[in-house]
Amino acid sequence: MKKSLYIVLGGLLTLGFVSCEPEFDNPVTDEGFYTSGDADLSNYVAVGNSLTAGYADGALYITGQENSYPNIMAQQFALAGGSEDFTQPLMSDNLGGLLLNGTQVAQNRFVLAADPMTGEPLGPVVLEGTPTTEVTTSATGPFNNMGVPGAKSFHLVAPGYGNAGGVASGAANPFYARFATSGNATVLGDAVSLNPSFFTLWIGNNDILSYATAGGAGVDQTGNLDPSTYGPNDITDPNVFAAVYSEQVSALAAGASGGVLINIPDVTSIPYFTTVPVRSIPLDSPTAAAVNEQFALYNTQVLPSLVAAGVITSEEAAARTVSFSAGQNFPIINDDDLTDVSAVLISLGLDEATANLLGQLRQANNDDLVVLTAASVLGTLADPNNPLSIIGVAVPLADQFVLTAVEQERVATASAAYNATISGLASANGLGFVDARSALAQVANGGINYDGGLLTSEFVTGGAFSLDGVHPTPRGYAYTANLIIDEINKTYNATIPNVNIGNYGTITLANNVSN
Amino acid sequence: MKKLLLLSVFALAAAVTYAGGYRVSLQGNKSLAMGHTGVAIVNSSESVFFNPAGLVYLENKLSITGGAFGIFSDVAYQNTQTGASAQTDSPVGTPFYLYGSYQATDWLAFGLGVYTPYGSTVEYEDDWAGSHLVNNIDLAAIFIQPTVSLKLSEYFSVGGGPIYVTGSVNFNRNLNRTLTDLDGNRSEVTVDATGVTNWGWTVGAMFRPTENLTIGANYRSEIILDAEDGDADFENIPNSPLTPFADTTFNASLPLPAEMTVGLSYEFCDKWLFAFDFNRAFWDVYDSLDIDWADENIPDSVNPRNYKNASTYRFGLQYDATKMFTLRAGYYFDESPVTEGFFAPETPRNDSNGYTAGLTVNISDHLQIDASFLYLHFDEVNASYEGYTENGQVVPFEGTYKSSAFAPGLGLTYKM
Repeated sequence: MKKSLYIVLGGLLTLGFVSCEPEFDNPVTDEGFYTSGDADLSNYVAVGNSLTAGYADGALYITGQENSYPNIMAQQFALAGGSEDFTQPLMSDNLGGLLLNGTQVAQNRFVLAADPMTGEPLGPVVLEGTPTTEVTTSATGPFNNMGVPGAKSFHLVAPGYGNAGGVASGAANPFYARFATSGNATVLGDAVSLNPSFFTLWIGNNDILSYATAGGAGVDQTGNLDPSTYGPNDITDPNVFAAVYSEQVSALAAGASGGVLINIPDVTSIPYFTTVPVRSIPLDSPTAAAVNEQFALYNTQVLPSLVAAGVITSEEAAARTVSFSAGQNFPIINDDDLTDVSAVLISLGLDEATANLLGQLRQANNDDLVVLTAASVLGTLADPNNPLSIIGVAVPLADQFVLTAVEQERVATASAAYNATISGLASANGLGFVDARSALAQVANGGINYDGGLLTSEFVTGGAFSLDGVHPTPRGYAYTANLIIDEINKTYNATIPNVNIGNYGTITLANNVSN
Repeated sequence: MKKLLLLSVFALAAAVTYAGGYRVSLQGNKSLAMGHTGVAIVNSSESVFFNPAGLVYLENKLSITGGAFGIFSDVAYQNTQTGASAQTDSPVGTPFYLYGSYQATDWLAFGLGVYTPYGSTVEYEDDWAGSHLVNNIDLAAIFIQPTVSLKLSEYFSVGGGPIYVTGSVNFNRNLNRTLTDLDGNRSEVTVDATGVTNWGWTVGAMFRPTENLTIGANYRSEIILDAEDGDADFENIPNSPLTPFADTTFNASLPLPAEMTVGLSYEFCDKWLFAFDFNRAFWDVYDSLDIDWADENIPDSVNPRNYKNASTYRFGLQYDATKMFTLRAGYYFDESPVTEGFFAPETPRNDSNGYTAGLTVNISDHLQIDASFLYLHFDEVNASYEGYTENGQVVPFEGTYKSSAFAPGLGLTYKM
């Protein structure tokens, strides 16, 4: 009797300690719930530039890298049979700056500061702190994420681009120097050495973007087939792009089950070019009249005489006419696509300073794009001791702050050529193709609905772009990851789930000084 | 801009889980074994809780019974749209009870009960998909109830008493879906309140028209736990005037709803007893959980719950197998008080079916061992919580939930 009692009690106790885990009929974690279709996701390698690296807020830092689109995708891939081990060359901290032999060579990330008294946002400021990521302390590459901030298309195949010894002279890239497998390695070679089973390639942005962000203060190298002669802000020749891009696609696709190529967005979709209004100079009526008085002689005598002398056309003279009025005004700018008339003006008897001032001067117009960094310059004094040296009114805004219509046209022409190459190679090789250009245009014009609101390109508040105005936020990268996942599902008959972009953050709030 | 950020940053949830909201129906091993019936059963001092009117019919001068349960309860979550999944790793809950009754005269009995009818412990993995609603929660409430039972006739008795409640709550969640500090640590808040007390009451009646039939009714009042000056601990908050969060205190109210039970028991074939209870829990008092921060810079947290009144149907059977063994079994259907669109992961309760069994071993004339177990079955349910907002826009938290619960219990009864 007692024995049976113990059996019953023991049985009850045992039942109590048996775990009764709740289980779904079809758990999402089960193999086969999500599928990769014809794609083999066991070894995904991402190749590209800062966008692929997860660069944001003007820097590369750990949490940004964790929210890179390749890393977001890799986590979703893991649900569909992909590897759980997607490696990235993580930085050493969340400050983002870089040291080269102890000297800082890349600035820390931007954060959004606010006035401690009023609580009003002040705008992006560079986060204080001494970075700990040293270029010469190499991370052991190669990595699944082969995104190299700053890389242009031809850099990916350039030996020595990761040679730490070449960083100081600008011959090598400090980010790639951290994890290049050798001083002679190429980004493409390191990527291919991983034997990717699947790849994404997003390169070519910097081939136009550095020209654009520099306000066109570079050279359009179309026609020059030797990239070793290019300056950092030049536009890459489309044939050079096509050649190296084709080489990259062939090399990556050779052993892979598939891949996705992503094209180049328009600069006009990026807040760096759309945030600062061109009409940025507020003047009241008396001031406008006074300033106009300063330019009266220039408008009514200098310009007509230049036309009469055949130095400029009457159209150019009209474009160079300066006129202010009460309200918001276009600033005066230097435009290096105008005829440089300084020598002529000197020969006509103008003093050198005035001649140089007027040499390539005109007033901006609605076709110009003023870059984000101009915001801290416009309306300030070029000479702090001269109250009349207001930039945009008396002193022209420098060329590097304005992307003129002519310069935009060069960018658009080159990027259209690159994009034709990209989509052409995608279809020729049966690869997936993501039209990031159209997608970003949609973010910029109308926005993308998500469960927490609207994703737009509005600087600071739109959610898509980080505080450098060029690179996406984690939410922007998550949106990008979804675009690529959708394309993989379509092209390779896969069923990889999207992420909810509302779960991804945007900008980081922080004041450097405690309040 | 500032306002926008503030709005986007807040909407707090706090509270609990298990058994019809956060009601934990485990108030006695004998009763639980019979589907947690008892409003019309006279066999132990468990009646202090189930129906004080029954105490006066107990045969023994003194009857003391006590015990505890181990709740093994977990919840799994998944979202097939995103592939997100989570499973709680909740510690074992241990509700307990201790009841005593003393027969003062033929028509008067006194009783005392200490029991834990509300509580919950749910622990999700930190920063899981629903971490903006809850990371973990621990709610406990102890009821202390002095009781008097009066026999008005051979057929009819009444009973009741005041209830003193002391409760505590500890709750952690992330402030929203995205706010972090510079190192990416999610901004979170922990609210903690202990020693929250209040009074309530219970009253019951019992009618025994024949030797075999007993009819009972019991009502337990609503008790509101008003947490005052609880501690709110904000962590991983960015250093920015745009985030006004700083450690502070808070006031909040958590209702323990009133419950009414009617039922009957019927003895047949000498050794058999059948019991049926119908519970009605008045959950509609749980309309919204509002947290009022002492720091006025932090917007109050308003969290709609919109609970509805819910019923439970309980059936139990008892068989006196031998002088030594009494066997019991039961079943109940427990209707969830959660309404559509307000399925919050801290109380992930859909309708459930409870299967119970147990036995009493008569060690001697004075001592019994009571054992029971409960298996609570939940169907998979697709549900959403639509009380969370960002930028003034409702952001539903959707997914599939599957709960499981298993509760073995053990107790002792002493009588003389």
